[in-house]
Amino acid sequence: MKAFLILEDGTVFEGTHIGADKSVISEIVFNTSMAGYLEVLTDPSYAGQAVCMTYPLIGNYGVCREDMESLKPWPDGFIVRELSRVPSNFRSDLSIQQFLSENGVPGIAGIDTRALTRILREKGTMNGMITTDADFDIDEIIPKLKAYTTGKVVERVSCQEKYSLSPSRTLADNGPLSGSATFDSEAYAAGKREMRPSMVKELNGMGLKVALLDFGAKGNIAHSLAQRGCEVTVYPALTKAEEIIQDAPDGIMLSNGPGDPKECVDIIAEIKKLYDTDIPIFAICLGHQLMALATGADTYKLKYGHRGGNHPVKDLATGRVYISAQNHGYVVDTDKLDSKVAVPAFINVNDSTNEGLSYTGKHIFTVQFHPEACPGPQDSGYLFDRFIQMMKDYPGTKEGKANA
Amino acid sequence: MPKNSNVKRVMVIGSGPIVIGQAAEFDYAGTQACRSLKEEGVEVILVNSNPATIMTDKDIADKVYIEPLTIKVLEQIIEKEKPDSILPTLGGQAGLNLGMELEESGFLKSHNVRLLGTTAATIRNAEGRQEFKDLMERIGEPCAASEVVENVEDGIAFVGKIGYPVVLRPAYTLGGSGGGIAHNQTELVEILENGLRLSRVGQVLVERCIAGWKEIEYEVMRDSAGNCITVCNMENIDPVGVHTGDSIVVAPSQTLSDKEYQMLRSSALNIINELGITGGCNVQFALHPTSFEYCVIEVNPRVSRSSALASKATGYPIAKVAAKIALGYTLDEIKNAITGKTYASFEPALDYCVVKMPRLPFDKFISAKRTLTTQMKATGEVMSICTNFEGALMKAIRSLEQHVDCLLSYDFSQLSADELKDRLKIVDDQRIWVIAEAIRKGLSYEEIHAITMIDIWFIDKLAILVEMEEALKKGPLTPELLREAKRIEFPDNVISRLTGMAESDIKAMRYENGITAVFKIVDTCAAEFAASTPYYYSVFGGESEAYPRRDKKKVLVLGSGPIRIGQGIEFDYCSVHATWAFSKAGYETIIINNNPETVSTDFDIADKLYFEPLTPEDVENIVNIEKPDGAVVQFGGQTAIKLTESLMKMGVPILGTKAEDVDAAEDRELFDEILQQTGIPRAAGGTVYTAEEAKEVANRLGYPVLVRPSYVLGGQGMQIATSDEEIEVFMEIINRIAQDHPILVDKYLQGKEIEVDAVCDGTDILIPGIMEHIERTGIHSGDSISVYPAPTIDGEVKEKIAEYTRRLAAALHVKGLINIQFIAIGTEVYVIEVNPRSSRTVPYISKVTGIPIVDLATEVIIGKTIRELGYEPGLQPEADYFAIKMPVFSFEKIRGAEISLGPEMKSTGECLGIAKDFNEALYKAFLGAGVVLPKHKQMIITVKDADKGEAIEIGRRFEKLGYTIYATRSTAAALNEAGVKARKVNKISQESPTVMDLILGHKIDLVIDTPTQGRDKSRDGFLIRRTSIETGVYCITAMDTARALVTSMETAGGELTLVDVASL
Repeated sequence: MKAFLILEDGTVFEGTHIGADKSVISEIVFNTSMAGYLEVLTDPSYAGQAVCMTYPLIGNYGVCREDMESLKPWPDGFIVRELSRVPSNFRSDLSIQQFLSENGVPGIAGIDTRALTRILREKGTMNGMITTDADFDIDEIIPKLKAYTTGKVVERVSCQEKYSLSPSRTLADNGPLSGSATFDSEAYAAGKREMRPSMVKELNGMGLKVALLDFGAKGNIAHSLAQRGCEVTVYPALTKAEEIIQDAPDGIMLSNGPGDPKECVDIIAEIKKLYDTDIPIFAICLGHQLMALATGADTYKLKYGHRGGNHPVKDLATGRVYISAQNHGYVVDTDKLDSKVAVPAFINVNDSTNEGLSYTGKHIFTVQFHPEACPGPQDSGYLFDRFIQMMKDYPGTKEGKANA
Repeated sequence: MPKNSNVKRVMVIGSGPIVIGQAAEFDYAGTQACRSLKEEGVEVILVNSNPATIMTDKDIADKVYIEPLTIKVLEQIIEKEKPDSILPTLGGQAGLNLGMELEESGFLKSHNVRLLGTTAATIRNAEGRQEFKDLMERIGEPCAASEVVENVEDGIAFVGKIGYPVVLRPAYTLGGSGGGIAHNQTELVEILENGLRLSRVGQVLVERCIAGWKEIEYEVMRDSAGNCITVCNMENIDPVGVHTGDSIVVAPSQTLSDKEYQMLRSSALNIINELGITGGCNVQFALHPTSFEYCVIEVNPRVSRSSALASKATGYPIAKVAAKIALGYTLDEIKNAITGKTYASFEPALDYCVVKMPRLPFDKFISAKRTLTTQMKATGEVMSICTNFEGALMKAIRSLEQHVDCLLSYDFSQLSADELKDRLKIVDDQRIWVIAEAIRKGLSYEEIHAITMIDIWFIDKLAILVEMEEALKKGPLTPELLREAKRIEFPDNVISRLTGMAESDIKAMRYENGITAVFKIVDTCAAEFAASTPYYYSVFGGESEAYPRRDKKKVLVLGSGPIRIGQGIEFDYCSVHATWAFSKAGYETIIINNNPETVSTDFDIADKLYFEPLTPEDVENIVNIEKPDGAVVQFGGQTAIKLTESLMKMGVPILGTKAEDVDAAEDRELFDEILQQTGIPRAAGGTVYTAEEAKEVANRLGYPVLVRPSYVLGGQGMQIATSDEEIEVFMEIINRIAQDHPILVDKYLQGKEIEVDAVCDGTDILIPGIMEHIERTGIHSGDSISVYPAPTIDGEVKEKIAEYTRRLAAALHVKGLINIQFIAIGTEVYVIEVNPRSSRTVPYISKVTGIPIVDLATEVIIGKTIRELGYEPGLQPEADYFAIKMPVFSFEKIRGAEISLGPEMKSTGECLGIAKDFNEALYKAFLGAGVVLPKHKQMIITVKDADKGEAIEIGRRFEKLGYTIYATRSTAAALNEAGVKARKVNKISQESPTVMDLILGHKIDLVIDTPTQGRDKSRDGFLIRRTSIETGVYCITAMDTARALVTSMETAGGELTLVDVASL
């Protein structure tokens, strides 16, 4: 079946329909990761957007359910050049076509995704419609496209009730350490697969309680902490600060999430309260932007965002450059940053935009990129260890008090 | 960290002659690095024995030494030039080993020379087998279990620990001889015993067998501050077991999920961090196909063939960045040359799929085993880019220029499904064609996968191509079907064959329906940032990003495709220089080529680079968009020449010598007419199509005769026939491939072979020099030792050669380059062959005479005259030194290849010996080719009757050098009779000790074995030659070569004189 992608600027791409059979209007963004389409699809930060993968061959290794970053795919639509007809990987549970259809995500394949990317790069992110209706009236559609906003998506993607993750008690709970997996032919023949290898080498977070505020958190944020031994409790986005403080966590983690940070007015107010406590805080992506807004800084929308697994970020404290996973359309405006409140800690080497802040006189650091990777490079996973060290060093925690 | 200001004079070590496994990629890397160093104001002293390279140009380096790559020579150069640093990581394994040796001996330290880039300690950790294993163990990175054993018992004991199957690799044997895979104790004992015997040091490595695992490579960069990036990862379609150089490789990996991708990426970064690499590095992994288990196969702490491929596949200039890192810069300080805005500290994102295919030499070595193993056999490779895998594979196939253009090109249709299952077990260069047939015969993906271990994703892609073949055969050809066929890059001629429609009708149908190629940019960033780089590839469907300029005159330079025997790096040298010369003359330059190893496919050589197959259809797609004012074909070897007619049909004027004149040189009758007009003699001969006709001509002329196809390069299929039987054999071989042109049969004349390259402006000619071959006629010019200036012909003959050259150039209306081969017998001069185009000797003669003949030819093509260019026409004055070009072979890499020399070219590369004294030049040439004698002062002579006289003379001279001579019965008799002491040894079939035992005793320096005329049928001789080569014994098959060797050895010893070629 034919499908069409109609952009706000009047451009129409004709391709083949994939996934669920429905029309959708959304914000069109592109992601340059060459692998990890499933992690992209299940990243709640894509709620309210339709994602175009710039890598042309998608679906090659099918869908390995255990790699999902949340329970379902979130994008409104999926745009690819080509979907593999045969998925091939020992862990593949189903094909991407099935996955999209099952989860009601419409999409379009067979279009010139590079041409689309060039349009978005030159003109900036814009809205579009994916439809199978060949009789569309473009004059009728464009005003609708222009009117579309992602709206308040955080509440839609956040968990509804708080829950806890059981921490790893031994390193073996994490599966084999990367590099030490061995193939067990008998277990494999019996349909058992070994666990995914883990990068975590030390249970340095044992006994630490972390409150994770879920604004649309990718699963691997909680995992990265739990695998280090932390007891993670996940709270819905609209949880009051008092409730969290009352639970007396050793540290608070603010997650990634979708949409315009400035729309999260209520959440920002609660974060300000968390800022005012002495509890160590680590924030990622939307969490990083919300903390900045809560402390008087400003954010603005990038022309076409950063989405992919190849963005260099520089740690300003050491001068070291790390390749990071990124997914954001908004960024903190450092021009309006009060250095008495926070100073830049990371910058993007490509365009010098802000990639992280260190809060003056506080045990708070926040990053724009994704140390939890999934998909993308694992180079900045050390930041979770930094957070754990901060929780240990901070005298407000039980352990810290004991150390003091 | 900014540049280290103490680095002012850097010595760069090249990789030497082109051999299998160490080819043009190091010229590409070295050239890019030298340019990068010069950009920083650093003075570059270059050492490389290979004169065909671009890196040895005076435009690239300040001082150029085309000298043998030995420690002694390098030490002498360091003492003379006093560099403050050396950069050894750009010259392949050869360069790296030399750099390490200089460091370890303390020479660098005592001369205050720094080793730039990766440190010596790091290199030791990466290269030393045990050090590497220990380090990997320490950081928790797994390697396949292995142990070196010296007897069978230890081998059995070790396998008891790790289990079967195991891979066995004898130490210090070449071409993987004596190795193999053992699945049980019987096999283990058999292979191990043999391997221990073949190994010079009596050692065999026993290793856990990981054949069948996925082979994945990562190209990684790290700077001195510890910043690490991966440039690219690549997946071998052929699983572990086939050398990555012989595998079909795809970039990026296709069948890895992000979890596997990142696991291996993190491992690669972990490894280079621990090693402390500063620069580029290649890490190879084996990944279990159904688990997360992996092994680190190998780490190369230098730029490599894979890094050249990764550079071209992504647009990320690895060698350039590695050079900057060596100077002290960090990745975030180095600009990304492609975007001009971002920095080198990022990872390229591809939005296309890249396929690399090896160019294997089995068309040259018909007797060789086609099996692919862990020993690389490919001489070169092609790369292609498309937005889908099928299309990239189809493009790569037709780029090979091996008479293949689709998955039907090798016919296995006669095999049944069961026979195909057996055939699939053979791992050779035809495997994907066998798989295609297996799919046609209905074998399931699982069955094919179970035998080949090739991932099902790739098998399905082959199936998509097979389904398209069927759909086209079935018809009807609708515009939709045609569009889909073009999307996956079925060329029009294949569609024509499958549908039965005329190719022109298919083209017309395409144009009517708007099915035309568009061009996309390789920009390192998947369009995320605007790129200024004019590096293009074609796809069908979508928007085009190639916007032709119309403000300048525009020239199309056709490249020479993959490196193969007979068409090597020399033609890339010519293409690049022509491009630069056109550019200097104000032209917009466009290069089309498909070889990822070369300088010509670097994105900043021409104004535009189209990375495309060199077929008429692919070239036409570019012509349609660019509408060039002309094309030059005379610099790109036979690949470019073959496109002449098609270009003319497209309406593209051929610049320089006209196509009809090129034809006249190749067409026997036209050429004979020209010779008659110009009064130049040649050997009598005739043209034939069949064996019957050939025998008739041969008998009329009298044997021996030379048999060869016309319009070929490197004397492909050329043979000396001494009988009707041989004619039949040779004609059968030649006619295995349908011949468009007649076959030539000439009387074989024995004399001195002379070669000339000249520039002609239509009136005047310029001959930089005359080259004479050491070997008499009958050995291909590319395999002969070539001497400039010609040492044994007198002025009269030289005058005659110059005059004949002038007449031939005039008669053929040559504008540009011409290459002629002559035979001189006494004062008579006969012409053998005329090529109105660039030749293999062009870079060599340019460098040693200091006359830039490609630049001159280009200027002449544009319209200048030789006089206007400041040269006096005619034969140029001779230099006061000798420059000797020595062929270099890779026989040890190709099991079963016949090594005896003949009219068909077999060498893969060349090196130079240059000195005032002829004998010293000769000595240097042998040294450069790796012939370092004497060692044990023992040799074997076994020659045919006709050579016995010369054997006596040569044997006597070796005896004087202190050699003990062994000889087979009749040779020994002849030698002893003449008073040269020779010990008789038994033939292989006789009782022990035989000549074979002698060779396997590892105490023989040299074997002189001349086969009987024509192809030697004797199994004995063949075995002796092969065993010599595989155990590292130098083997000579022509008496002239042997004489040259002994001459060079007689003058050996003492300091060598050094020549800075840049000052000539």
